[in-house]
Amino acid sequence: MRARLFTPAILCAVAITLMTTAWAQAPAPLAAPKAQNQIGFPAKLYSWVIPPDNPQTPAKVELGRKLFFDDRLSADGTVSCDQCHAPAKGFTDQLPASMGIHHAFGQRNAPTVLNALFNTLQFWDGRAPTLEKQIEGPILNPVEMGNKSFDDVVAKVKAFPEYQQSFQTVFNGAITMDNIEKAIAAYERTQTAFDTPFDRFMAGDQKAINASAKRGWSLFNGKGRCMSCHGWNPTQPLFTDNRFHNIGVSAHKSDFVPLARKALVLTSQGGGGLQQLDQLAIQSDMSGLGRFLVTKQPHDIGGFRTMGLRNLLVTEPYFHDGSQQTLWDVLDHYNKGGVQNPYLDGGLLPLGLSESEEDDVIAFLATLTSPEYAGVSNEELEKQRARSKTDRPQRDEAAAMGRAGLGPGFKGPFGDMTPAQNEENPASLGGN
Amino acid sequence: MAARHKSVETKYMEDRDKVLRGLRRLDRRTFLKVLGASAGAVMAKGLMPPQTFQLVNVADASVDKNASATGAPGTAPFTFAYISDTHMYVRTLNQRFVKGAVKAVEDVNALDPQPDFVLFGGDLAQTGRPDELEQGKGVLSMLKAPVKMMVGEHDWFYDMGEKWQELFGPPNYSFDWKGVHVIVLMSVHEKDFWTARKLTPAERMDIVAGLDNPIQSRFEVGDKQREWLRGDLAKVPATTPLLVFSHSPLYKYYRNWNFWTEDADQVQALLKPYRNVTVIHGHTHQMLFNQIDNISFYGMLSTAWPWPYAPQGLPPLTVQMNRADPYDQLDGLGDGQVDVNKDGLADMVYNLWDRNPVTVPAQYLRSRGNVDRPPAPQFASY
Repeated sequence: MRARLFTPAILCAVAITLMTTAWAQAPAPLAAPKAQNQIGFPAKLYSWVIPPDNPQTPAKVELGRKLFFDDRLSADGTVSCDQCHAPAKGFTDQLPASMGIHHAFGQRNAPTVLNALFNTLQFWDGRAPTLEKQIEGPILNPVEMGNKSFDDVVAKVKAFPEYQQSFQTVFNGAITMDNIEKAIAAYERTQTAFDTPFDRFMAGDQKAINASAKRGWSLFNGKGRCMSCHGWNPTQPLFTDNRFHNIGVSAHKSDFVPLARKALVLTSQGGGGLQQLDQLAIQSDMSGLGRFLVTKQPHDIGGFRTMGLRNLLVTEPYFHDGSQQTLWDVLDHYNKGGVQNPYLDGGLLPLGLSESEEDDVIAFLATLTSPEYAGVSNEELEKQRARSKTDRPQRDEAAAMGRAGLGPGFKGPFGDMTPAQNEENPASLGGN
Repeated sequence: MAARHKSVETKYMEDRDKVLRGLRRLDRRTFLKVLGASAGAVMAKGLMPPQTFQLVNVADASVDKNASATGAPGTAPFTFAYISDTHMYVRTLNQRFVKGAVKAVEDVNALDPQPDFVLFGGDLAQTGRPDELEQGKGVLSMLKAPVKMMVGEHDWFYDMGEKWQELFGPPNYSFDWKGVHVIVLMSVHEKDFWTARKLTPAERMDIVAGLDNPIQSRFEVGDKQREWLRGDLAKVPATTPLLVFSHSPLYKYYRNWNFWTEDADQVQALLKPYRNVTVIHGHTHQMLFNQIDNISFYGMLSTAWPWPYAPQGLPPLTVQMNRADPYDQLDGLGDGQVDVNKDGLADMVYNLWDRNPVTVPAQYLRSRGNVDRPPAPQFASY
């Protein structure tokens, strides 16, 4: 379906994935480093996030690109970075949770590489501080790339003659784990995504987005309360607060307190280093504890990173476990005030959004698609819209409208927290 | 007047200017001063969070206390939990504060081992109506540990304490617990401003609850209760540690908001002969601590809303929790525990719901801030 609109790109990406010799070829358009003259590109922020000890150079980026697409880096030569971060799929795999070597599945949804350079911490739970360090997770994780040690990875790269020259040019010949990480991170830092209809709208083009999307932008900033975490401003136009919130997603299947106690014991015995945290997060039932695994603070139980919203119609499904299929499901989840649990973030309230208001918010979210994904994004939107007509697993009208709590007895152990829903819709007050 | 009342922003900008001015003329002496100031700022920004998981550590902590302290004879360390200032309207009118109170109850019930008792710090109800108080009793009855009740002005001034006393008994009382003498005071009496003005109970309640209406008097313990306190203490030797619970702070913090007890000095004088005295109070809805002579003061967190710090009068030993995230209804709220050491001094745990917990060790206050300074919560300011 998508190939109809993006035939050359898809074919190229597929070719790169399939052919190990493709490492030497020119990048497919979607995988190529992105220009910095995109409308809405945060030039100042960009200059701040490039680490001084790993400056961007074209040769390093090119080396990083080759490594990124080289499946020989995995234990059995079948999985490269782009298996889960495919350019054609918005640098994700569009799976609920990712598949590694031997077709093993983890428990977390692959976050996009696009704009990941701006994250203050990496992974859903922030367990790695930088893109460089992030690489150390999947490359060793038994259900991802499955290598036994960094030494194995380095030995492998050393054995590929085609890398000798590149490492000579970029790192004076030093093939080390540090330098492999630096090169891949440098490539990832070229993957920015702006220049969307919304960016053009904010730059002054009133016609860049339609009336429904404008109402959606108003709701996003008002009644929908979205901006309290997914904030936008010209310096930081990323739609994330870079913080961690329990919105109740993992409360569906995690019994938090016993899990937390278990995690404390395990991490104190196992040292709690990145590798251990990585395995607990990807492979164990403690995955649902989220940020708590890293900080051991009770208020971080079930907390996950606020994801940026750009290109989210190419990065479905949604949430840390990929448990929601459509944006309507996501909005239904927030509309009813999340899933009640003892560690639910204080910002989650029933929102009282009507069906047409949800449609407007989603129309706004659809304007966050970069031009190279416009076709697939539109298709996905229509697919989700069709699905939303028949399948709404998260819809809870009574909770969303604040009626659920008024009946006799508490609903759940915490009752409902219901603000008055009679204020005027902010969308009618402004926003063109 | 205007010059004395500085806003939080003004004070922040002044502090910042002071540091920046210091940076401009960097002789050795000022350099050291600036260095000290910025080290304090790093601490205050919460870059050194306490790496504790409270549900587990409280248990360990109370065991550790045995080793070091040299206590009064017969004093054994113990832990009690607190919940304070729930301000519950009836559930059909507003569920948010009920939810906060229930969350605190769940928190305390999750403690393992269970605390010896739970101190409820006052302001159970918002407008003092009988149905609010009954609902509040229902919520607190879910607690597994025994509850020690204290009254707040929001519980009292609708019917002058009639319903509250019917539900919970006398508002001031004392008991002995593991070698510590515990006193619960009713510190929110006011002089009669309503009879002459022919105010209705509801009007009286609203004026007191508003805190800053100048027709009301300041809170006080009152002559009668101070006499009761004198009599109660007559039986207690000066070596016995005292724990005093009051709703309003038993010192003069900020008069305009009634963060104040008018006869605080007289009460402090009664407590003066005792070596180790800890006062735990509600009402101020913020991390707040103070040391006056032999008395350590800790304010409790609320489960309903956080108050800003007053523009003046803030005790210098207080490490501020600073502003709450306006988008997060739970930020700046919480409950907590008090670990009473073998010497009868108390370490205070502020269990902030959406921030890291903060422990204020007794020695921090006793040393006048020289040791054990607690780090401020992370996400210090918005």
